[in-house]
Amino acid sequence: MADWADGRLGIYSLAKANMRKIFPDHWSFMLGEICLYSFIIIILTGVYLTLFFHPSMNEIVYHGSYVPMHGIRMTEAYASTLEISFDVRGGLLIRQIHHWAAVIFIAGMFVHMMRVFFTGAFRKPREINWLFGFLLFVLGMFTGFTGYSLPDDLLSGTGVRFTQGAILATPVVGTYISMFLFGGEFPGHDMVARFYSIHILLLPGIMLGLVVAHLILVFYHKHTQFPGPGRTNKNVVGMPLLPVYMAKAGGFFFLVFGVIAAIAGMFTINPVWALGPYRPDQVSTGAQPDWYMGFAEGLIRVMPGWEINLWGHTLVLGVFIPLVVFGLMLVAIAVYPFIESWITGDKREHHLLDRPRNAPTRTALGVAWVTGYMVMLLGGGNDIFATHFHMSLNAITWFVRIAFFVGPVVAFIVTKRICMGLQRRDADKVLHGRESGIIKRLPHGEFVEIHEPLSQDQLYSLTAHEQYTPAEVGPSVDENGVERKVTRGQKLRAKLSKGYYGEGNQVPKPTAEEYKEITSGHGHH
Amino acid sequence: MSSQEIPEKNLPSEQDTAHGAVAVAEDPFADPGLPPHKPRIQDIDERAAKRSERTVALLFTLSMLATIGFIASFVAFPVDKLVYVWPLGHVSATNLSLGLTLGIALFCIGAGAVHWARTLMSDHEVADDRHAIEATPEVKAKVMADFADGARESVIGRRPLIRNTMFGALAMVPLSGVVLLRELGPLPEKKLFHTSWDKGKQLINMNTNEPLRPEDVVVGSLTFAKPEGLEEDDHEFNNKIAKDALMIVRIQPEDIKDKHELEWSHEGIVAFSKICTHVGCPISLYEQQTHHVLCPCHQSTFDLSDGARVIFGPAGHALPQLRIGVNNEGFLEALGDFPEPVGPAFWERG
Amino acid sequence: MKKLSARRRHPLAAVVVLLLALAATGGLYAAFAPASKAQADETAQSLAIDEGKKLYAVGCSSCHGTGGQGTSDGPPLVGVGSAAVDFQVGTGRMPAQQPGPQVPEKRKVYSQAEIDQLAAYVASLGAGPITPTEEQYNPEGADIAKGGELFRTNCAQCHNFTGEGGALTNGKYAPSLEGVSPKHIYEAMQTGPQNMPSFPDTTMPEQEKKDIIAYIKTVNGEETPTPGGFALGGLGPVSEGLFGWIFGLGSLIAVAVWVAAHTAKAKKS
Repeated sequence: MADWADGRLGIYSLAKANMRKIFPDHWSFMLGEICLYSFIIIILTGVYLTLFFHPSMNEIVYHGSYVPMHGIRMTEAYASTLEISFDVRGGLLIRQIHHWAAVIFIAGMFVHMMRVFFTGAFRKPREINWLFGFLLFVLGMFTGFTGYSLPDDLLSGTGVRFTQGAILATPVVGTYISMFLFGGEFPGHDMVARFYSIHILLLPGIMLGLVVAHLILVFYHKHTQFPGPGRTNKNVVGMPLLPVYMAKAGGFFFLVFGVIAAIAGMFTINPVWALGPYRPDQVSTGAQPDWYMGFAEGLIRVMPGWEINLWGHTLVLGVFIPLVVFGLMLVAIAVYPFIESWITGDKREHHLLDRPRNAPTRTALGVAWVTGYMVMLLGGGNDIFATHFHMSLNAITWFVRIAFFVGPVVAFIVTKRICMGLQRRDADKVLHGRESGIIKRLPHGEFVEIHEPLSQDQLYSLTAHEQYTPAEVGPSVDENGVERKVTRGQKLRAKLSKGYYGEGNQVPKPTAEEYKEITSGHGHH
Repeated sequence: MSSQEIPEKNLPSEQDTAHGAVAVAEDPFADPGLPPHKPRIQDIDERAAKRSERTVALLFTLSMLATIGFIASFVAFPVDKLVYVWPLGHVSATNLSLGLTLGIALFCIGAGAVHWARTLMSDHEVADDRHAIEATPEVKAKVMADFADGARESVIGRRPLIRNTMFGALAMVPLSGVVLLRELGPLPEKKLFHTSWDKGKQLINMNTNEPLRPEDVVVGSLTFAKPEGLEEDDHEFNNKIAKDALMIVRIQPEDIKDKHELEWSHEGIVAFSKICTHVGCPISLYEQQTHHVLCPCHQSTFDLSDGARVIFGPAGHALPQLRIGVNNEGFLEALGDFPEPVGPAFWERG
Repeated sequence: MKKLSARRRHPLAAVVVLLLALAATGGLYAAFAPASKAQADETAQSLAIDEGKKLYAVGCSSCHGTGGQGTSDGPPLVGVGSAAVDFQVGTGRMPAQQPGPQVPEKRKVYSQAEIDQLAAYVASLGAGPITPTEEQYNPEGADIAKGGELFRTNCAQCHNFTGEGGALTNGKYAPSLEGVSPKHIYEAMQTGPQNMPSFPDTTMPEQEKKDIIAYIKTVNGEETPTPGGFALGGLGPVSEGLFGWIFGLGSLIAVAVWVAAHTAKAKKS
């Protein structure tokens, strides 16, 4: 049987390279798996839902089994969602698994991306894979948005209305895009059908391709690992795919599916029956998008209402600027690996991960970005936070406006200080050993704490990281006394490099000489 | 600006010590190599291994039972059966039982497999060598040579006419696709500038579907209206109400600060567009003492006693006001369309 | 007859006779004296007003003025009607405890009888909405679906889809409608307490108010089904997102930590 397949597919050669492939074990390396598995769960449940959902905006009068909607006019899309929820056995469960898995999928991608960022796993050779992951995150957001808009309920319809308003704010072409997207004036009769094909075909199709490419690259590059005894940049230490990783990763799929299924069985998500069908003249307070659009919502909410009218045209800055900032915040994470590799000028492959503390500037930048993101998430839920923490809506909005600028700066400074402190402690531990907590009294009465020297494993782990020296612009004249041309780019790079690796931006790791000097001396001071 | 300008000495030295023994004496921070494998209890105690085996089997068995439970609940519970479960509330019996049994069935498979892997499968850590991704210079040279051969044999370099026309054709052909997209919708034209309101159209109460009289609208009340002739079962109802929706309040004439607003009111009854000028949410969180109206979506706040000007939030301009009066039969009527486009601002709005 | 005479000396006979006599007297009185009953009511009414005036002088006049004309601390009460008093005092909002953007609901201070007296007094100051009778607000038999549509048009913008409440400007808020009695909901719509606009019968007839109450009681009552499971406060995506992150992703990460952790090694002994 295997021979038969090999003769046609060449499976032996494939298996030779991959069957005993080594994967390192660390919980944070499984975040990507959470995403992959929830993506698979979403596809499985999504296919089931398409069997019952009617992506149509034809209006009907409801006479189904949910009494509080009897006699209400609604689209077939909304009515069929009610039917899935109330008349299809297990339909509600599948709907809720689908939605919970989507919420977790994108949250998982966010955390996974942060893991990759803070450990420097995006460095060569993985920049392309970082971009694939980034695209998956962004496409995931829009797939989610088009998905929760499909039931055509009052909440999601309000979200679509917002999207249409934001499209209108686009200079020059806004009205055209809006008319083309909605097939006329909002809401029109085409939105659900069009979002449906985008949601179930176009975006997931692209995403599936990207996921496959992402995984192929993970296999091809082999996984990164944290430094530790026996782990170098030229090897990968862990357990083989068959059997351990097969069992763990395969088992983890079932664990993820099981947890999500249980959550979907016990916790309501998006109870569309309570929301009512969409009508452009109705609305509810607490109108929020799903969490992954929350930071865009926050940007929109806290932006002052600037509008410029010039030469018979309107520039809707109050909406347009948040849209641009939304894009820029996303682009910033996409291009970061290229910026950092430009600053370091490092063209080597990196397979050993950084501990976040050992790259203080990068870590601080990342935390600053996350802070900005979280502040905007808070802004996106300002009304809910106002009522539940008994605060003024306006005060929260002002807080967010200020914190968006101040928060990341403070976070940057604080994070960098913390990283430096941790680096210092590591250096101290290497040179002086671990504080044992044992107090010894010396003959002359002095009390000292005994420091236990570290094991060789720990010494290696704590000193394995690389430290760059800042790039210099170089002398303004070369060795022949001819003036060198120094471009502005070079100057900028030197400046950034100094900010990353210059004095005061990293703690020099202990050298062997220092260590020998201290350990050959007596006493532990 | 290429990174070659950074001298090699600036890059940290690579940690390329192979795993394995290293002369520790010379470098106190040298890589000691992979730690020796330590056995687990299951590796040395067959009873413990047996226990693990039983645990794994138990988990797989539980999964089977849960699947049976899933099928049983699917058959047993009617789809509309509700049960009270503390603290979840009155929940659907089907949803809860199916979710929990499916969850347990799946989780136990996963837990079993992982427990098996963790306790019974070999846990020897092994090192696998990495190989440079970059090709060797020989391979690079070979590929470049092959490519040059291919390019030469295609004669594309020698016959630029072919090359240029081919690029031209390839660049143009997607235009057909772009042109096809034109059919997605109509051109905007002046559609966003007009609503169904017109001179003489009566204001119809959304609640009662009856025309409104001025005396119906008392100070401090809030009423919503649509134009006469627009019915809920119209095919275009949603498209129309998205622009026509009207919010009516009555303010003591002396409290109205904006002269123009007072002029367009009827004895203090003012009619404003219900559609927010920010991104189009139906704005209507009216505070009758402050006369502020708040948008639930992005918190733009308008002062209805002062020409509905923006006093907070992201909206860029005031809510459009509809000029109203009373017709011969004593009903409120519009005295024209809104003077400006309702809803979100756009480029051509001016 | 023999039976009857045999039992006329029974210890309870006197009680039975007395009850019969009372019932007969009451019935005759009710049948023959409707005019005097009205008069009695009127007396009761004026009595209530007097009692209410006393209560008012003690509990309300410091803010609303001795004659309900209002002061800088409280609005005038002339013409607010008995319904407004019944709502404000009946939900414990009045008497207010401290100044703030909004007077919150709290435990009520007065008994229903006292509230009725206060209401009677305030109603005597000027005509206004009258406390509704049960017939007016009892939602039984009302059209829930129609109520839902009305609720989404008139109420949901402040009170949320199912009446969970929501934020207004500068610390004000629309309170949750959970557990609010049909009468108080009705009175709120009628009178527009604090910053809530009113929905008078002229624009929202009595039947529609009943429909709305019926809808609220269906979607936000003790017995409201949440078929999908725990409702997470009914607040929508914010609470769902928080739950998804903390419990959803959180438990998955906990599981991942277990999956990736090294198995316990045998102790050297």
